Amino acid sequence: EKEDESEEEDNGRQQNRASRRQNYQRKNRDGKKAREEGSQKKERGKTAPNKDQKVSENKEKKTSKSGKQGENKQKKDRKNSTSSASSNSSDEESLSEEELAMLKEQVEQKKKLISTMRNKPWRMVKKLSVLREAQDFVEKFEGALGKGKGKKLYAYKMMMAKKWVKFKRDFENFKTQCIPWEMKIKEVESHFGSSVASYFIFLRWMYGVNLVLFGLIFGLVIIPEVLMGMPYGSLPRKTVPRAEQATAMDFSVLWDFEGYIKYSALFYGYYNNQRTIGWLKYRLPMAYFMVGISVFGYSLMVVIRSMARNANENTADGDDDNFIFSWKMFTSWDYLIGNPETADNKFASITTSFKESIVDEQESNKDENIHLRRFLRVLANVLIICCLCGSGYLIYFVVKRSQTFSKMQNVGWYERNEVEIVMSLLGMFCPPLFETIAALENYHPRIGLKWQLGRIFALFLGNLYTFLLALMDDVNEKLAEEDVVKNITHWALLGHYNSSAGNDSTVTPPPLDPADVPRGPCWETTVGIEFVRLTVSDILVTYITILVGDFIRACFVRFVNYCWCWDLEAGFPSYAEFDISGNVLGLVFNQGMIWMGSFYAPGLVGINVLRLLTSMYFQCWAVMSSNVPHARVFKASKSNNFYMGLVLLILFLSLLPVAYTIMSLPPSFDCGPFSGKKRMYDVIQETIELDFPLFVAKIFSYVANPGLIIPAILLMVLTIYYLNAVSKAYQRANAELKKKMQMQREEEKNKRNNKASTNPMLQDLEDVLTPSTKTENPPKQPEDKKMESPDGTSPVRKPGRGEVQAGSPMAGGRGAVFTPPSQVFVTQPRTLGVRAPYPGQPRPWAHPLGPVPGRGRGQPCH
Amino acid sequence: QDCTFFTRKEILRLHGRYHEMAPNVVPMDYTKDPDVKLPMQLIINMPELKENPFKERIVESFSEDGEGSLSFNDFVDMFSVLSEMAPRELKAIYAFKIYDFNTDNFICKADLEKTLNKLTREELTAEEITLVCEKVIEEADMDGDGKLGFADFENMISKAPDFLRYF
Repeated sequence: EKEDESEEEDNGRQQNRASRRQNYQRKNRDGKKAREEGSQKKERGKTAPNKDQKVSENKEKKTSKSGKQGENKQKKDRKNSTSSASSNSSDEESLSEEELAMLKEQVEQKKKLISTMRNKPWRMVKKLSVLREAQDFVEKFEGALGKGKGKKLYAYKMMMAKKWVKFKRDFENFKTQCIPWEMKIKEVESHFGSSVASYFIFLRWMYGVNLVLFGLIFGLVIIPEVLMGMPYGSLPRKTVPRAEQATAMDFSVLWDFEGYIKYSALFYGYYNNQRTIGWLKYRLPMAYFMVGISVFGYSLMVVIRSMARNANENTADGDDDNFIFSWKMFTSWDYLIGNPETADNKFASITTSFKESIVDEQESNKDENIHLRRFLRVLANVLIICCLCGSGYLIYFVVKRSQTFSKMQNVGWYERNEVEIVMSLLGMFCPPLFETIAALENYHPRIGLKWQLGRIFALFLGNLYTFLLALMDDVNEKLAEEDVVKNITHWALLGHYNSSAGNDSTVTPPPLDPADVPRGPCWETTVGIEFVRLTVSDILVTYITILVGDFIRACFVRFVNYCWCWDLEAGFPSYAEFDISGNVLGLVFNQGMIWMGSFYAPGLVGINVLRLLTSMYFQCWAVMSSNVPHARVFKASKSNNFYMGLVLLILFLSLLPVAYTIMSLPPSFDCGPFSGKKRMYDVIQETIELDFPLFVAKIFSYVANPGLIIPAILLMVLTIYYLNAVSKAYQRANAELKKKMQMQREEEKNKRNNKASTNPMLQDLEDVLTPSTKTENPPKQPEDKKMESPDGTSPVRKPGRGEVQAGSPMAGGRGAVFTPPSQVFVTQPRTLGVRAPYPGQPRPWAHPLGPVPGRGRGQPCH
Repeated sequence: QDCTFFTRKEILRLHGRYHEMAPNVVPMDYTKDPDVKLPMQLIINMPELKENPFKERIVESFSEDGEGSLSFNDFVDMFSVLSEMAPRELKAIYAFKIYDFNTDNFICKADLEKTLNKLTREELTAEEITLVCEKVIEEADMDGDGKLGFADFENMISKAPDFLRYF
């Protein structure tokens, strides 16, 4: 079946519509034959032709002449070859059974026709009529198929199958409707080309991932805690301390995520370390830990899966650079463009690209300015590295300063938010600076975009890690402070409550009001707040930049232009272009923050989902209303995987600090689900020891043994090495094959050059094989039908069929035209001896060369 | 639905568009199967096609009479082929037709020149055009007859990375 189809596809490309269809049916028949042969033995040879004739006469009104004849001929061959062996005594029963099988197969075939209908380059009218015919046929004979005992069951099965198909189709329709923002993205794409649209597709993908993360965290952590956990105010960790209570509801405090927000389920510190909560005995600390891990696990899986998919797609199109000009000629126009400005730009860019490649072609070897260019590129890189170092130092400096600020009392708003402001400003001003510097380098915009992305990535990464290091310092300080507080708490409790000296403050509720209990700084919540603040300020900066940089600018340019000394639209301010690199990186880094912060601030993902949702609408609106398309519209080829690569990198980098804190820092003693434990991962051991049977714990302890882990890691490394070697070998083989194909093509080209003049027949063939003009085609089809009808469709002519089978030379010629005979003999040697007059009947299943040019143009033999 | 790559809703929307272009000519229901065609002028003014340098060729390739007027079936057909679900082979066939200006089943030099002029709005000099055309023929012509047959075209286009994205 498969072969049949793929062959059909292969073949179909190069053939004229009319002949295509004939061929299709003929081939189907062939395939069918082959199958039949496998399943039912030799009796077929005798009976099949008759049956088939009858059937086809009755039902296949549309089968065109040559297809049918080919089929008949083949049958004849089959008959010749097998009749010697087959017994002529085929009884009625097997006949009817065969009829049934035939019918079944025809129905199948029609169904296949229906399903492949949309791939056929026919006129719609013809498609419709053929489709109706095929459907009618299927309708009519599906019921008739199961004559006798199995009829009802068969009919029922068929009905169910039909229902199933209908359901599937409805579901498919539903699914396409459910893809969110498809229309919006298409609209953007039509105005700005595919590169801008790729950003929005990326944004949508990101939104999907975040929704899943949001579901995980909210469903498994936050909602159980809110529903079943201890209520607010019951524990010190769930209460605003007395000193802060006065201002805890002020907006300025809430805006900094202090006050009530700090002591809410949005942050790590709120969670209790009770092993199970509520009537469900929900193990919240365990769930918290597992969700934290699975957030990373899921993200890694999704990113890698989509990268692999993209990679597969990428390898599908070969990277042949033989057709530079042809591709420019035939594929450079983006058929999606519907906006005059974009079209103008596209025309300009196509012209320039043509000119560029003409120049390249003319002096491909000469490049006088290579030294200057190299010098400029080195210079640009030096400048950018300077910028990066400078910004890194600036951030380090600011973070250090903020630590001294944090120790001082009543500092101003600016001092408190200095780090965020500086980071946002750097993020705002450095990319344009880089862009200006990158103009020196004069790269192709696509390569330029990658460089730009890489640089901004480095900038952000440097900033992020400086920030993290500073945060680490902070955390260490807090840890030291915590020890002190722990003692104080201990003594305070002792003083108040002599009896419960050794116990934790959480197990026996102190008599103090929870708001008054002295408590540690809870570094986890601090980290979470830090990330949430960063995210929120990032959102605000992004939106304000869009509003000011794009919208206000566009308004200004648009309306002040009437009364200005120079043309604002064409001159200096002009309209903004959509900044793909900046937006993509903003998104990627934002995601990195979310990944890092979500362990300490479970509510962060919710904020992010909101952000992505609004930015989808907001940015779409901003792009459509106030941006202009790029001066050089360029395609977004493959850079999607580049984005994914960035995401993967940032995911890995954000995994590191989280893993470090989980594995090596002790959790705070009085807040969070892991309080009172030495390390956070102790929660797993605890669960295993207490909730699982003993042998599981034993197995676990064996597995966790370094003696087992090290060999396992070794094994993995070896596997990776092996797979890598294998893939390299495949790559080499691939390259080799490509080279071979190239050579073969050259050879063929040469051969054809010699042959072309001598072979007039080739010209005729071309006419048959290539899709003909619109005037020529429609009449051709009816003609075929007409020709067929006198001898094909009337049942009276049955005896006459033999003649037709035996030898209409035209049919033979037709059949032979499509297949080079030499291959036939190789692939189906069985028929060799008997069927002398018609070479070239059965199709070779697998053409050794695939879609080699000039296939089907083999030497005609009549 | 089996004939196109569209869902039912999309087809209905297409019909809405079709109807919109000439509300007085196109009936709202197609149950009686009327024979209505829209002239090329209306079609090529659709925003989707308006900016396309090959709009006339596109419409002509899809119209049944070759004059550029489209019945609704042709109209749906056109969008179906140009939609992103259509397979490469099908698109290649129609692309070939579109670029074959004089409908002789070959893309010859004249066709190439026309294509190039449309693509660049005639901003290249004559020498540049001939150079490019020669290069194209040299690159893609496999059988050495000085023009591109469909096999050549198909072979070339099947390797183009952007063809599916753009066409």
